[in-house]
Amino acid sequence: MEKDRLNLAQLRKRLAEKTGKKYWRSLNEIAETGEFKEFLHQEFPSGAAFWEDGVSRRTFLKIMGASMALAGLTACTATNPEKIVPYVEAPEEVIPGQPLFFATAFPMVGYGLGVLVESHEGRPTKIEGNPDHPASMGATDLFAQASILDLYDPDRSRQPTRKSLIQDWKAFVKELGAAQEGWGQGEGVRILTQTVTSPTMASQIQAFLQKYPAAKWHQYEPAGRDTVRAGAKLAFGEYVETHYQLEDADIVLSLDADFLTSGLGNVRYAKDFMKRRRIAGEDENDVVMNRLYVVEPALSNTGVMADHRLPLRATDVDKFARSLAQKLGLNVEGGDPETYGDWLDAVAEDLASHKGQCVVIPGEQQEASVHALAHAINEALGNVGRTVIYTEPVEAEPVDQMASLQELVADMDAGSVEALFIFNGNPVYSSPADAPFKEAMGKVPFTVYLGDYLDETAVESLWYLPRSHYLETWSDIRTFDGTATIMQPLIEPLYQSKSDHELLAALAGDAEADPHMLVKNYWQENAPEDTGDFEKFWRASLNSGVVAGSEAQEKSVTASLAGVVRPLLPASEDMEIVFRPSPSLWDGRFANNGWLQELPNSITKLTWDNVALMAPAQAERLNLNDGDLINLHYFGQMVEAPVLILPGHVDNSVTVYLGYGRHVVGRVGQDVGFNAYQIRSSYRPWQDTGLLISYTGKTHSLARTQDHQLMEGRNLVISGTLEEFKQDPEFVQREVEYERISLYPEMSYNGYAWGMSIDLSACTGCNACVVACQAENNIPIVGKVEVMRSREMHWMRIDRYFIGDMDNPDVVYQPVMCQQCEGAPCEVVCPAAATVHSREGLNDMVYNRCIGTRYCENNCPYKVRHFNFFQYVDVNEPSLQLMRNPNVTVRSRGVMEKCTYCVQRINLGRINAKKENRQIRDGEVKTACQAVCPADAIVFGNIKDTESQVSRLKASPLDYELLGELNVQPRTTYLARLKNPNPKLAEV
Amino acid sequence: MSQIFHPSINLIAKAMVAATVIGIIGISIVAYLFVRSPYMRGTTIAREQPVFFSHEHHVGELGLDCRYCHVNVERSGFAGVPSTDICMGCHSQVWADSPAIAPVKESMETGQSIAWNRVNALPDYVYFNHSIHLNKGIGCEECHGRVDKMGWTRKESPLSMEWCLSCHRNRADHVRPREEVFTMGYEPPADPAQREALQKALVAEYHVDVEQFNITDCSICHR
Repeated sequence: MEKDRLNLAQLRKRLAEKTGKKYWRSLNEIAETGEFKEFLHQEFPSGAAFWEDGVSRRTFLKIMGASMALAGLTACTATNPEKIVPYVEAPEEVIPGQPLFFATAFPMVGYGLGVLVESHEGRPTKIEGNPDHPASMGATDLFAQASILDLYDPDRSRQPTRKSLIQDWKAFVKELGAAQEGWGQGEGVRILTQTVTSPTMASQIQAFLQKYPAAKWHQYEPAGRDTVRAGAKLAFGEYVETHYQLEDADIVLSLDADFLTSGLGNVRYAKDFMKRRRIAGEDENDVVMNRLYVVEPALSNTGVMADHRLPLRATDVDKFARSLAQKLGLNVEGGDPETYGDWLDAVAEDLASHKGQCVVIPGEQQEASVHALAHAINEALGNVGRTVIYTEPVEAEPVDQMASLQELVADMDAGSVEALFIFNGNPVYSSPADAPFKEAMGKVPFTVYLGDYLDETAVESLWYLPRSHYLETWSDIRTFDGTATIMQPLIEPLYQSKSDHELLAALAGDAEADPHMLVKNYWQENAPEDTGDFEKFWRASLNSGVVAGSEAQEKSVTASLAGVVRPLLPASEDMEIVFRPSPSLWDGRFANNGWLQELPNSITKLTWDNVALMAPAQAERLNLNDGDLINLHYFGQMVEAPVLILPGHVDNSVTVYLGYGRHVVGRVGQDVGFNAYQIRSSYRPWQDTGLLISYTGKTHSLARTQDHQLMEGRNLVISGTLEEFKQDPEFVQREVEYERISLYPEMSYNGYAWGMSIDLSACTGCNACVVACQAENNIPIVGKVEVMRSREMHWMRIDRYFIGDMDNPDVVYQPVMCQQCEGAPCEVVCPAAATVHSREGLNDMVYNRCIGTRYCENNCPYKVRHFNFFQYVDVNEPSLQLMRNPNVTVRSRGVMEKCTYCVQRINLGRINAKKENRQIRDGEVKTACQAVCPADAIVFGNIKDTESQVSRLKASPLDYELLGELNVQPRTTYLARLKNPNPKLAEV
Repeated sequence: MSQIFHPSINLIAKAMVAATVIGIIGISIVAYLFVRSPYMRGTTIAREQPVFFSHEHHVGELGLDCRYCHVNVERSGFAGVPSTDICMGCHSQVWADSPAIAPVKESMETGQSIAWNRVNALPDYVYFNHSIHLNKGIGCEECHGRVDKMGWTRKESPLSMEWCLSCHRNRADHVRPREEVFTMGYEPPADPAQREALQKALVAEYHVDVEQFNITDCSICHR
C-alpha cells in the first residue's frame, strides 16, 4: 500500500476547525490519510486474511487432506492413557490442585518490590503484589508481572561455558582456584556489580575486600540513579535517600519525573497519589482532589495525569527549577521567571499557599542540580518531614556509578586488571560510547560473567556462568524506604545456574556454599534488635515478605544551595537529545521478554521497536514523517533510528529509549530496534544539546496498535474538571442520555451479577494490567508482522485519546476489555453457541465449541475479541508449558478468545464460598487486572449487592457506558475523567 | 440404435438412490451410537496398572475409607492418587515381602514415583472439582460406581457432557446426606414421598440452590 505522507500544516488547520472538545487518537486520524481510512473501513488491514509464509493453496490442501485422513484413523482408537504421577513422599501443605502463595521480592535496579508468587505444585505461575510490603501495597508494576516469563524463557542459557565451549561449575572452581594463587593482595582483581541493596551480598563483598584489600568493587547501572545521589551530595554534602508521602500532598510538581509509573517506589507513589485523586463513591458535597503540575520534554504517563503540563526541553528543566526557586525567594542565579509567565506564577503561588502539603519531585534522569534545587525548594516550603522524608542511604555502597565504570575501563585498558568478575548487567552492551568496555575487557586475562542470558558480555568473557532467576534462589533485598525482604526461591534452578551469593562464596573459597545458609547466617548475625527467638523471626519474615523493623533510619539534614547557586552547565539552543529507559524493556534487561516487546507503549502504541520521538512542529520543519529513517549524530557517533511524531513532545528535542538493538540475546529480542547506548556519553548520560539529524531517505515499518480497533470517531471518553462537576454533578449523565429500545426481553438475574467499574481519573496507563491479564490467561504473543495486521491477542488494551491541540494535548487513557454486554451482539450471531450468556451476566466463551467463523468478532462494537489466526501458543516448548495457568484453557489455532472477567477466579471464589454455605464476599474475587492495578482504577464485584464497592461506584453521577447508545448494556462502565486545573490558568 | 440401458436398470437406479439415502442415515446412526458406545467412552476397559492394586480388596473387603488414600478429595479439585508413603504406611508391615508390593517398595527406595494409568480422564478444556461435589452431598459412587467391586479399576461413567448435564440439571435427585458420601451401595429411602422429602431437606441444608443459581452455565466447567 502506498503510504500517504502526513501534511502537518493541513493537519493543524483541520484541528483548529474542529469545535467543542477535540478528541482524536492519532495524527493519521485527523489527517485522514489513506492508511487511516483503510483501517477505518476494514476491520483488518489489507492482507490480514492471507498467510504469506510460502504455503500455497495446493500444498495446504494436500496437508489438510493428509491430516484429515490421520484424524479419521486416530478417532477410531481408544486414546493412550494419561499418567498420574503422585509424590513419593507428599510434602506438607501441598494439596495437588490448590495453589500456594509465597512471599518474596522482585528485584529491579537493585531495589525490591514485594510480591506474592502463586505456585501450582511447585511451579510458579503468577506474580501478585504483597499487601504487607511498603513498595507494593498489593499491586505490582508491569516488569514484575512479566518476570515470570523470564524464568521460563526457553532462550535462557543452561550451562556454564568457557570460550563458548560447554563446561561445568567444577571446572570453573578449579580454574578459579589456580588463578587465585597469584592474586596476592588482589591488586588486579575487580568486581563489577549493579546497584546492591542486598545486605547479604554486601557483606560478602566486604568480606572479599578484606581478604584482598587491594581489590576494587565497581558498580554500574545503565539506567541508574547517579544524578539522584549527586543531587543529594550537592545539597547535603552526603548521600541521603529521598522518598515522598504523596497521601499528604495537595499540590505536586514533577520536574521531569515520571514518578507514577517509573523509577523507585512508583507502585506505592501511584497508590498514594490516587488516594487523593479518586472522588467517585465519596461524599459529593465534600470532594477534594490533589493537583499535579508536570514539566517534561516527552509525554510520560505522569504527564498524562497532569492537571497542567508544560512541555519543556529536558536541558531547560534546570532553568525552570531555578526560576521557581527565585520566585519562592531562594538565593539562586540563572533563572528567568519571565519565560514561563503565568504558568510559573500559578505553580509558585499554589506551592506557597500549601506549605507542608505540597511536594516538588525531580526526575531520576534529571541533572544533579535539579535534585539539589528541589531539595532546597521542598525545605523552603516546609515539606521535609511531612511530604518529603530523608533517610540513611538504602544502597550498600552509594557511589557515582558512571565514574566507577570509567575507572574500571581505564584500569582494564591500562592492563592493570588480571581478573574481572561481572555480576549481571551486560556492560558490553550498555556502557556508554566513551567507555569502550568491550575493547578494554579484551585486555583482561581472566574474565568471569554471571549473567541472566548468554548476551553481548557473555560472548566476550572467558567464563560465562548462567545466573539464577530471582524465583530460583535465596537472597535478600531492600526497598525504597529500606525495608528488607528475604527472597525465598519458588523452584529449584531449572538449569545449571548460580546466584550472586554462590559466586561470591566461591571467590571466598567456599564453592559448595548453600545460598539458603548464606542468607540465613547473615540474618542470624544481623537481625534487628529485640527480635527474640531467631527461628520465629526468620519464619515470620519469610511468611510476611517483610523484615519487621528494617526500615532505614530517618535522617535530619539541611539543604545548602552553595553548590548550585550558578548553573552548572551552559545553556544552549541547539537541538537536544534525551535518553530515557524504555517503559517496557527498561535498560535492555527485558529484551527477550515477548510480553514486554509486544506491549503497546501507553502513548505511542508502538510495539517491537524504539524510535526517535519528536514534536509535530519539529517534524513539520524537517519534513519528516512517521517511520522515516534518520541518522542521529551526537557525541561523534551515529545511529539510525525511525521517526515517530509524538504530540505533546517539546520542540527542538528528540527522545530515544534505551534497551533496544540487542544483538546477542535470544530469539525474541534479537535485533529489535536500535541501540541508543551507541551515542550515549558518560558525562551527560540523560540529556544534552548538540544533536544533529540527517534523513537517510529510507523508511521503516512500525507496528503500532494505535489505529487498530477503531470506534468510528464517537466520543467514547468523557472528561471534565472538578469545577464543572461541582457546579453540575450530572454533567456526564446529560451527555449520555439515550432512548433505550430493545426487541429482546430484559434479562433477570437471581444470583450474582458481575460488573466492573473503571475510573478514568485514576488510570495512569502503566500497562501492568495488560501484562497481568496475559500472564493469568495464557495469552500468546504474535510477533511484529502479525501486530501490523491487527492480530495482537491482548484481551485488554488501553485506548489513548488526545484532546486539544497537538503541541500540548490533554490525554485520556481508557482500558477496554470485554464489556460483558447484557444484550451482547456477539452471542446472537454465533452459529455454534460457543459464546453464550451466563446466568450471572458473563458472556461465556466456550473455546472447545468455537469453530472460528469470526462472526462474533465482526459483531462486537468494542472490538475486544481476538482470533487465533495461527497456532500462536507454543505448545511444544516444555519450559513454557510449566508457566501456564492450569486453570485456563490454552487456545489453539482457529479459536476466538476474549476476557471473561477471570471466570476461573470467580469459580474458585464460588467454590470456596459454597463450601462454607455463604455468599461470595465483596472484594473476595479480584480479576487479574484489578489485583495488579497500582491506582486501584479497576473495581470488580457483584452489582446486585447494593453495598458492594462496584455498586457504589456505579451509582456515582460520573458513571457512564461505553457506546451506551447501542443499548447493549455493558456490565463494565467507566467513571468520567476529572481533572483539577488551577482556575488561574485558563487552559484545559 | 438400441437403448444403452435395459429397462431393469431403472430398478437398480432407484435402489441405488434409496441405498444412498438409507446409507447416509445409517452411517449417521452408527456414528451416533458409536461415539456413545462403551468402547469409545472407554467404560469397558479395566486399565492395567503398574501395581496390582485392587479396590475390591481394599474397599470392599478391608473397608478402607476413600479418604485414607485420596487424602485431598474434600479440599481440592483434584482427588489425588496416594503418594508412595501412604501405601507404605501399611505395607511396610502388611504383605511387605509380597511380589505384588515390590514396585511400591522400589518407588520408596529409589524415590521414583509410580506412574499410574489414568482411568477417569477429562479433556483439558473441562474443569472439574471434586471437593465441591462431595461438599454438596454427591457420593463418590455417583460417578465412579461400585469401586468396591472392581479389581482393576474401571471407568464407570461415560464422562460425556450429556452425562454431566443430566445430573447438573436434576441435582436434587442425586444428593445424599454428607455422611453417606463415601458409602458404597447407598440406598435412598424406598418410599418415593420419603425420598423426596429427604432430598428437599438436603438441598435446603446444603444450599444446593436449585432455583437460584444455575450450574448448567458453560463457564461453570469451561473457561
